[in-house]
Amino acid sequence: MQNIQDLEKILNSELNTKIKSSLIKHNQIYLKIDEADLTEVILFLKTNSKTKFRQLIDITAVDFPENEIRFKLVYLLLSHEFNQRIIIEIDVKEKEIVGSITSIYPAANWMEREVFDMYGIDFKDHPDLRRILTDYGFEGHPLRKDFPLTGHNEVRYSHETKKVIYEPVKLEQNYRNFDYESPWEGTKYIKEQTKE
Amino acid sequence: MAKENKTLNLNFGPQHPAAHGVLRLILQLDGEIVEKADPHIGLLHRGTEKLIENKTYTQAVPYFDRLDYVAPMNQEHAFALAIEKILKIEVPIRAQYIRVMFCEIGRILSHILNVTTQAMDVGALTPTLWGFEEREILMGFYEKVSGSRLHANYFRAGGVHQDLPKGLDKEIGKFCERFPKIINDLELLLTDNRIFKQRNVDIGVVSKQDALDYSFSGVMLRGSGVPWDLRKSQPYDCYEQFEFKIPIGKNGDCYDRYLCRIEEMKESVNIINQCLANLPVGPIKTDDGKISPPPKKDIKQSMEALIHHFKLYTEGYRVDKDEIYTAVEAPKGEFGVYLISDGSSKPYKCKIRAPGFSHLQAMDYLIKGHMLADVPAVLGSMDIVFGEVDR
Repeated sequence: MQNIQDLEKILNSELNTKIKSSLIKHNQIYLKIDEADLTEVILFLKTNSKTKFRQLIDITAVDFPENEIRFKLVYLLLSHEFNQRIIIEIDVKEKEIVGSITSIYPAANWMEREVFDMYGIDFKDHPDLRRILTDYGFEGHPLRKDFPLTGHNEVRYSHETKKVIYEPVKLEQNYRNFDYESPWEGTKYIKEQTKE
Repeated sequence: MAKENKTLNLNFGPQHPAAHGVLRLILQLDGEIVEKADPHIGLLHRGTEKLIENKTYTQAVPYFDRLDYVAPMNQEHAFALAIEKILKIEVPIRAQYIRVMFCEIGRILSHILNVTTQAMDVGALTPTLWGFEEREILMGFYEKVSGSRLHANYFRAGGVHQDLPKGLDKEIGKFCERFPKIINDLELLLTDNRIFKQRNVDIGVVSKQDALDYSFSGVMLRGSGVPWDLRKSQPYDCYEQFEFKIPIGKNGDCYDRYLCRIEEMKESVNIINQCLANLPVGPIKTDDGKISPPPKKDIKQSMEALIHHFKLYTEGYRVDKDEIYTAVEAPKGEFGVYLISDGSSKPYKCKIRAPGFSHLQAMDYLIKGHMLADVPAVLGSMDIVFGEVDR
């Protein structure tokens, strides 16, 4: 059993050129690396006898539409032997293609498909990059921040045509996003007005 | 002239009772042998993660009930823990005990459902009828404590919503006295049953290495002989204070997974008994007025309480800018929440790591070379609930 500080030291000494920053928080290690080093770092973490991150917990992305580099890809790994968790982050531009890690962890297959489906991030050398959670023939990427909560299309059974049809969403009432900010602290629209 | 061998494509589901929900499984068959399985999921996709991003932290809790709807409180637990870790809230010890107790009740709920429906998939109807009687009682406990049988919405960041109603601990105690006998009855029906064994032993064998590679967790991992349980290895809440064993399988087949689940139910009863014996008295949620709402009677008298109540139920509490992954040992495996907060009262991002997602992914690997009739047996032993797979 090694503690988390030792593990961070090992990572920093073995991978020093590849790590952009590392941080220990909530008893987990947060690593920032470059997209180009991704497969190499993950392969190292999985196979090295001092790390043994043999299980991929999840892959996900985060969307920051206002940033120049729009997405952050997040890989969560777990080491049973050393009882440690690590969170690896890479920054990904829109339309950038990321290397797939399905050859390292077979479980990455569906996780990458989900990221592709939800955020539209492409993976290179992925065996079967199809949409996974959304409907057949779906358009758009639902978890992007600019995708509306209510979506674009809705389905219903049409008695006239005797089949299920797609129609643009019609809402009796729009989704109401209240601004609860205290008026003394200044609500968003007032702040924006005073800025000008 | 030689007869031409042709493979047959078969649609298993989306409406099939043995698919445990809405799974469309496209099977490529050579006679009765499955050559390839391609699960199509997402038929129950409700966009939980997107919805959570648009709701306050309090409003997000009910969505967790609707993921794995046979063990709702276990999911809420992961979310509550994530917020507590970011805000560094101390949870009162009584609340921790109540949470552990109801998580174990959730585990029994889930395992009864799984064990008995798996038995039904391979041809035994009686266990289902016996097991569901017990589930009804357990859901009665859920109702008494939270007001609803399934979608509890009971755990909060900083504790639980309400204290146990009077007499509930005795009722749960009575159940725990009676329940081991029910498990015994189920075991009499199944464990040595010739048909049940023929359908489950050496079916869907997972090796240790493959279980790790395919991100298995929970019983799917332990059934293959990996001693890993988050309640022991990364204890959360007050799990450290309890004594319980982690049952481990040997062969990694459907039968071992069934045995693990039976043993886990016994251990859960054991944990609940320990909870009841040592249930501390005291508050059931944190007294931080900025996070947990004040009691009703204070609202009538205290201006501060009234303001807190109003702010908590309109804007909700704010969570500092942070990023965290927390996981709990849900009945089906590691259930995790990857939460990014941005200082507002709504999560910026909330990724839900559902154990069933990675289990179902391995369907092709597990079923290749098996007979068509083994598909329900393997699917049953994976313990799939589409609420959490599709999210």
